[in-house]
Amino acid sequence: MDYVRYIDKTREYYAGEGYAKPYRWAHFDDIPFTPLPKPLAQCRVGLVTTSEVAVLGEPGPWDDEGDAARDAYALPTATPTEKLYTKKEAFDRYETTLDDVESYLPIARLREYADQARIRDLAPRFQVVYSQYSQRKTMEVDAPKILRQMREDGVDVAVLTAV
Amino acid sequence: MALAARHLEANGIPTVVFGCARDIVEHCGVARFVFSDFPLGNPTGKPWDVSMQRAIVGQGLDLLESARAPITVTTPHRWGPDETWKVKCFTKERPFLSVDATEKWLRRKEAYRTLKSGGDV
Repeated sequence: MDYVRYIDKTREYYAGEGYAKPYRWAHFDDIPFTPLPKPLAQCRVGLVTTSEVAVLGEPGPWDDEGDAARDAYALPTATPTEKLYTKKEAFDRYETTLDDVESYLPIARLREYADQARIRDLAPRFQVVYSQYSQRKTMEVDAPKILRQMREDGVDVAVLTAV
Repeated sequence: MALAARHLEANGIPTVVFGCARDIVEHCGVARFVFSDFPLGNPTGKPWDVSMQRAIVGQGLDLLESARAPITVTTPHRWGPDETWKVKCFTKERPFLSVDATEKWLRRKEAYRTLKSGGDV
């Protein structure tokens, strides 16, 4: 069976739920492309995720109810994986789970590749970006913040995971 | 996510995106995309399947080295023999968000609109 066309599926689904105006997914005619600047083994890798990951026992990055303009944030990559969790609800909850962080935030898997010298190392922070209502906010606020923080961390290449 | 990847690429940081919604990512357009034909949620491999996770992440690292132009690669893994999830997702039988989550989403969306109209975002 071919892959799911989510743009068509969601349009039909939300029309059936009574939403008149279909969501306009971002679309561009051009695709920016930067070649790898040096051997991967010399590159520091930075992770970016939409998984809304937080640290157990610490205040969440966002107020669950009230924080409408959820800004991107960063967490230490050295946080033990077993202390990371997510309350993200936008995934296929009938088929799978988000209980294994490595299935969407591969810190341990990338660390293994660093141990094998496939990459140099992992950046000290990973970046979390919320799937915004506003494409403008993602482009004008969140993405520049992520870029700035990755430059501060000396990131050479970025691995992004869309949950 | 694709928007953030594009911003990093445009500013000199090569990227690889892992995802399960192929049409959405390709509609936006990213430099390097590793697509797994899985239900939404696990773009870097099935939960607790370490060898699959290792292989998928490795495929992305390979792509960082090999790509000379925008490209999508598909991982060889299947979710399972039963692919009815592809038909069932986003249906009344399987609403994407729970009732609670939908209400929370709508409340936040409305609050965001209020912030926006006030010039706060």
